[in-house]
Amino acid sequence: MVASGNSKKAFADFMVNRRRMLALGGMAAGAGALSACGGDTGRDDGGDGDGASLLQWYHEYGEAGTQEAVQRYAEEYTDAGVSVEWIPGDYDAAISSALLTDDAPDVFEWHLNRAMVEAGQVEPLDDILADVIDDIPESDIARNTLDGTIYGVRMIDDPQYIVYRPSMFEDAGISAPPTTFEELVDIAIELTTSDVKGIDFGAAGGTDRLGQHMIHSLGLSFIGDDKQAGFDDPRMAEAAEQVVRLNQSDALLLGAPTDWWDPSSMSQGLTAMSWTGLWTMPVLLENLGDDIGVFPNPGFVDGSPTVFNGGWSAFVNANSSNVEAAKAFTKWLWVDNTENILDWCLSYGFHIPARLSLREQADELSSGPSAEVVAMSQEYGWAEDPDWTPTMNTAVQDWLSNVVNEGADPVDELSKTVETVNSELDGIFG
Amino acid sequence: MAVTRKSAEPASSAAGAPRRPRRRLFGGRNLAFWYFVGPFLIGLAIFTYIPVGWSAYLSLFDARNTVTPASEDFVGLDNFATMLTDENFRRSLITFTVFALFVVPLTFAASLGLALAVNRVRIMRAFFRSVFFLPFACSYVVASLVWKMSIFTGVRYGMMNTVLEWFGVENIAWLAGNDPPWFWLVIVTLRIWIQCGFYMILFIAALQQIPEQLYEAAYVDGAKPGRQTFWHITMPGLRATSVAVLMLIVIQAYQAFDEFYNLLPNNGNVPYARTPLIYLYNTALGTGQDLGRGSAGALILALLIAIVTLLQGRFLGFGKSEGR
Repeated sequence: MVASGNSKKAFADFMVNRRRMLALGGMAAGAGALSACGGDTGRDDGGDGDGASLLQWYHEYGEAGTQEAVQRYAEEYTDAGVSVEWIPGDYDAAISSALLTDDAPDVFEWHLNRAMVEAGQVEPLDDILADVIDDIPESDIARNTLDGTIYGVRMIDDPQYIVYRPSMFEDAGISAPPTTFEELVDIAIELTTSDVKGIDFGAAGGTDRLGQHMIHSLGLSFIGDDKQAGFDDPRMAEAAEQVVRLNQSDALLLGAPTDWWDPSSMSQGLTAMSWTGLWTMPVLLENLGDDIGVFPNPGFVDGSPTVFNGGWSAFVNANSSNVEAAKAFTKWLWVDNTENILDWCLSYGFHIPARLSLREQADELSSGPSAEVVAMSQEYGWAEDPDWTPTMNTAVQDWLSNVVNEGADPVDELSKTVETVNSELDGIFG
Repeated sequence: MAVTRKSAEPASSAAGAPRRPRRRLFGGRNLAFWYFVGPFLIGLAIFTYIPVGWSAYLSLFDARNTVTPASEDFVGLDNFATMLTDENFRRSLITFTVFALFVVPLTFAASLGLALAVNRVRIMRAFFRSVFFLPFACSYVVASLVWKMSIFTGVRYGMMNTVLEWFGVENIAWLAGNDPPWFWLVIVTLRIWIQCGFYMILFIAALQQIPEQLYEAAYVDGAKPGRQTFWHITMPGLRATSVAVLMLIVIQAYQAFDEFYNLLPNNGNVPYARTPLIYLYNTALGTGQDLGRGSAGALILALLIAIVTLLQGRFLGFGKSEGR
């Protein structure tokens, strides 16, 4: 979503016929009529609990063992029967369509946005978090809070950064990672050979995420205090020129069979640097040993480095017939059950626990590049804003794509983007 | 068949001596009609007509994250105005037009060519027909994966790049960016590969309807086989089929979604090649959930398809009989 926060969902995206989903889910009337006919909502009868039966949804995590793990957590819970559904394909479309019907899950993972709160789809969770509120990183509370109410429990933090091969840097005589985006482009060009590209920014050449990073790097904001676009700044155009330069150089790995969220291009040696997320760390360590270094996305123009703190939060469906049972389960799994939280964060792909006390216990994240990632996610991390809508996000992506792919004037384009974002904001707050 | 006969019998015996067709909606002869048409009709109603009606209703409301908007959210035709003035939506319609310009004539020519060739083959006709028809059974998603992960992979070991390397051509990142827009080649070849066989079958069926005597008569009159008989006998004979095929190709082009979604960066959400359906999908589904505007856009698109189809039918004479 915002700056492609969905880590590996895209992996499963290939597997689904979307036109069918449009036909069914889009005009949810048909789906509603159908689901009214079929009684199977995926819930079990609450056999091992005392009556309540809950349905819980996850998007499809790519790492081995994850599905078995969430099944196991659900089975360990004794106060209600919990069935888990593992949703492959476009999770956003699936969950948002499901929430319009009676068959929606009681507990689900997602990202908070204002529309779902205004539609009364999510239950406030302040009470189950009250005891641990001081133990949760501030940004993880902020991204799940709207108008003073907390709606989501942060499950995991997934920082996104750049990984590189120190051996290739050494061979090219480069002594340190870049500190500005301009330097990054220089280094990428220098590292490019006939077999190895300088950097992999994903299939879109970074145009789908770097605009958002510029905003944070330059100290601007998505939405200003006046509830208007907070990034109408001439330095944005200057920053965009660097992305143009990168795309026009030969240094960008484009057309790799896998996208940025999959570490294959790095482990297959197709590129010297790659955009990635913490979840790829175990695979990279296994394939490349200690030939791994990490650095945050370098600052644009005179700005600071940035790390996007993606991740997932757990929500309770406010329209569930078992709201209290669903809250109790969510508290048990994502607030009290520190053992399972640590298991979820460290035993499969790596994620940073969204609890300060657990971060100290996470041995896997206490040394080497993983520790560096944790540090830079705390120092340079930014997270999505619940008021930032997909339309606004697309407007920023389009701005950079039009500038990079079609040579549009960055200043003119930016004013159009600001206009789009402002009219969207006026629709929400006006 | 059994059903038809069974229901037909009591109708005729009950009517007595003078046989008069009964006009009851649900009984007698009509029962068989409902047996056959009923299940399809129910499906059509549930999956097509009710959703279309519902989205027409939704298009008049500010319906975000809901399919049952409250009456105070009624906005009249605002959603239509927003969509029609939306630069991205208009641009997506242009994208479609470019796509149609590529894909419609190519698919038409390729399937007609194939049909003529296969129709001429004297051996293993069934084999050739099946071989060319088979891709039609393949889903766009699966084909997209094959095109993306093996044939048109942008790195050095992709099939096309390997072949190009033999000739000393540098690697091409087929699916990245818009300069040059190589992705059209990938998308158009994929669509032709899948669709060609189906239209080929339609053309073969039509070709076999053209009476052999016409050709014989023409030869007697001195016509030469080849271009002359093709333009003056074959093409007029294929007229109704050609018009139908053209319409189907155009409608399917409007509905392009799967291959753009699966092949292009950011799930097809790129300004230079966003198709109308991808645009609407992102507006109404996903985290967008603006079902009011999405429905308005869908209706505009449906209307556009209807107009184009009607115009096409009028100019090309859909429904007129062959060769007239």
